[in-house]
Amino acid sequence: MNAVDPKSIAGKFPTPPETVQLAVIGAGPAGVAAAIAAAEAGLRVLLIDENPVESGLIGLEVPLLYGGRATAAVTRPDRMLERVFDSDPALARAFELGVDIRLGTCCWGAFTNTPNRQALPGLLLGLADAGRSRLVAAQRLVLAPGARDLVLAFPGSDQPGVMGAQALQALLGRYDAFAGRRAVVLGSGPLGMQAVLALRARGIAVVAVVEARDTPQADWAALDVPVLCGMLPGRAQGGPDGVTGLALVGADGGAGPELVADTIVLAVGTVPNVELPQVLGCRLVFDAPRGGWVPVLDADGRSSLPAVFVVGDGAGRGQAQASGQRAAQAVARDLGRTVVAAPASPVGEKPDDPIAYRMDWMRGLLATGGADTHLCQCEEVSRADLLELRPPRYLDAPPPRPVASLGDGAPVHPDQVKRLTRAGMGACQGRRCREQVAMLLAIATGTDLEKIPLASYRAPVRPLPLSLLADTEELAEMAANWEVWFGVQGQWVPWRDIGTPRENLDRYGEPADPGHL
Amino acid sequence: MRAPVQDAAATGAAVIVIGGGVTGLSAAWWLARQGVSVLVLERGIVGWEASGRNGGGCTHYASPLFREEQHLWPQMDALLGYPTEHRPYRIGVAMDEMGLKRFRRMAAIAAEDGFSATMLDPQALREAAPLVTEAAAGGIFFAFGGHANPQRTVQAYAWALEDLGGRILQHTQVTGFRRTGGRVTAVETDRGIFGCDTLVVAAGPGTGPLLGQLGAHLPMAPGRAEMIVTEALPPMRHGGVDGNGLYGRQTLRGNLAYGGGPHEWLTENPPLDRPGTPLLRNLALRVAQMFPRAAHARVIRSWAGVIENTPDGRPVLDVLDDAPNVVAATMSSVGFGLSPASGRAIADLALHGSCQFADLSSLRLDRFRDVPLDWRERRGWVPPVPATEPMGELA
Repeated sequence: MNAVDPKSIAGKFPTPPETVQLAVIGAGPAGVAAAIAAAEAGLRVLLIDENPVESGLIGLEVPLLYGGRATAAVTRPDRMLERVFDSDPALARAFELGVDIRLGTCCWGAFTNTPNRQALPGLLLGLADAGRSRLVAAQRLVLAPGARDLVLAFPGSDQPGVMGAQALQALLGRYDAFAGRRAVVLGSGPLGMQAVLALRARGIAVVAVVEARDTPQADWAALDVPVLCGMLPGRAQGGPDGVTGLALVGADGGAGPELVADTIVLAVGTVPNVELPQVLGCRLVFDAPRGGWVPVLDADGRSSLPAVFVVGDGAGRGQAQASGQRAAQAVARDLGRTVVAAPASPVGEKPDDPIAYRMDWMRGLLATGGADTHLCQCEEVSRADLLELRPPRYLDAPPPRPVASLGDGAPVHPDQVKRLTRAGMGACQGRRCREQVAMLLAIATGTDLEKIPLASYRAPVRPLPLSLLADTEELAEMAANWEVWFGVQGQWVPWRDIGTPRENLDRYGEPADPGHL
Repeated sequence: MRAPVQDAAATGAAVIVIGGGVTGLSAAWWLARQGVSVLVLERGIVGWEASGRNGGGCTHYASPLFREEQHLWPQMDALLGYPTEHRPYRIGVAMDEMGLKRFRRMAAIAAEDGFSATMLDPQALREAAPLVTEAAAGGIFFAFGGHANPQRTVQAYAWALEDLGGRILQHTQVTGFRRTGGRVTAVETDRGIFGCDTLVVAAGPGTGPLLGQLGAHLPMAPGRAEMIVTEALPPMRHGGVDGNGLYGRQTLRGNLAYGGGPHEWLTENPPLDRPGTPLLRNLALRVAQMFPRAAHARVIRSWAGVIENTPDGRPVLDVLDDAPNVVAATMSSVGFGLSPASGRAIADLALHGSCQFADLSSLRLDRFRDVPLDWRERRGWVPPVPATEPMGELA
């Protein structure tokens, strides 16, 4: 038995009082299906969903790009909770089966032992609701984190009224709290069509669909809406309430029509949410048909960490409900339950390459939108700032340097660019800019997008207040052994005292035991 | 895999520095300033590891390099030609009487080098640092020291070095050494062989293992430490405010960036990932206690870095006895703030065999000659024994 350094992290994290067999993060179709299937197999299941999202986070555009188009209804928690529960009948089914459902609860971190992190008592989830945060232990974890909006900047896009297609669906459906009246939809693929159908179903006017490519990316014949191809958003006009209109520009730079609208819906693509898989240490891979960076998964949805599964849109493989059920059954087998194996569902793949499509949009926006467009809204970093590695404006700018110079022949890492320009360092945690940064780096350095490393995600993956995250019940051993730094006896002895009797004075100037070997 | 560098013999340098962290880059920059041809070999990206992930403090009163640290920092932006975000002064927050006693001791030590500090009563403390809790027992104003942005600083060294003609090869892994007699004549890498007259090994946690290949025993243990950062808040007059068991600062942008608490010991040559833990909640607790007026601030990131410690926690800056053209350099987990001075000292050791401006006798390698091979186990400086899963491992 080795000695244990009392100042080290060993033994500082107790097993939380709350331990479940299976935790499911995300109560969309995949997550609810997983929870129901696991409950039917006799497992004790905890189902977490961050909806309804706290209105302060909605204002920060977290986790989706709500674009300031939520009504005041989102500030009423009881009403929102009721809406979210009633919006999906499957939640009632899960509830009847005994699933412990916690809505309005986000998972801001998930932690398990990996080679450089060995002190945890097991798989731990960091959860937070409006009142407090806590840790819950789980034997197995199914992540059904969904996808978020792909955000693309253009002149005037940093004002209320520019929103994402996922946020639109959330506000129109689950929340019933959408404030827009006349919308333009950017992107003519299936995502754009779903947005148009959802808007129409609520009687909201759709002025036009805008498409950067020369042809529509879906069959719009049955819908009476203009699809304007070979066009890009040139500039969003606005007033005190945000967007009032959108001037289009041709892909060749020529002036296009001016549209009157209070909402511009970005429906060019979605991004699988891989924050929690990365924080956990799951192996990720860039897989264009699956939508970019996604976890490496087997047929059951099991990640490179055997206790962690990823299903639904966050896995980028479609088949939401089937993927959830299959993962739940694999969990049940892991935990010794006998389950009838579900027939292998074909892994869904999107027919087109969503990455090539978003790159076409990015190139078009670069050609028409100019270098001064902010791609990071939180820190006000323009494309030119990024490409020339300009520091923030409160510093004296050194001569510009091309961003490609950082690479030394290797792909430039977005994290390095972030540290120098602050692009992605803001309160939205880079949700609005990280894909644009990667695409811009790929284009500027002549690198395939898949070779640009993933900008890192770190816990907490939701921006939560210090007072909410704080562990107010920490272990006594944590407090008693807390040191500012490593607590190495001798590290702070003044150099002149070394080799003299004064060497043994402690940090208070009192005699202490020598710490030398 | 990177392409080999062609004509390797022609691409060597008078001095090769292994390690593109803040210490190695500063050393290379000081050498280049003196007209020495220098090549930095970095296995990844410059400043990517602990050099770019730390509290940014520049106030190391116990070090023999303290005076030079204090002398150089206010000039660094001008010397480098790039912003470091250095700001002078520090404020310490004492939550109790023992904290005040510790500050008085720190002030007494710094006074021996001629630097002054003023004790602050609770009211004066809050006037100087308005976010600080009313529960604080008092504080101290150090009329010296300061803080800087680690990420910007490390890039500033790299760019300043390149401006002087120094070279940096990133993504280059050292695989071995060529020796003639005791001297190292070339460094073998996965991109070719690079000849040198002098070698500096400043590779952070990799320093011990690399020196081991040269027959030297530099005991060190890598450990992982964590920090959190909040969204930006209105800047206080002095950003360098810490206490309550925390180190850190308010950045020039306004973010609160703080670390502290238990570290995790890692295996030698640990994998490259830098995971975080729920420790961020304990850090959040202490930041909120120290700055209750900022308790609403949202935590937007955390990070972890891996740093090495020697058995006494102090640096080794020394020329190897058995390889007289090799300089060993580890700052033992406290490298960032001292980097302007440590780089200059290393340059002196590389060029003259001794430091011209500071007494480095307390940083000699031979103080560890009797350290037993199993010292980490004896100390408990070893990775935790992981818990087994409650339900047993998967089949």
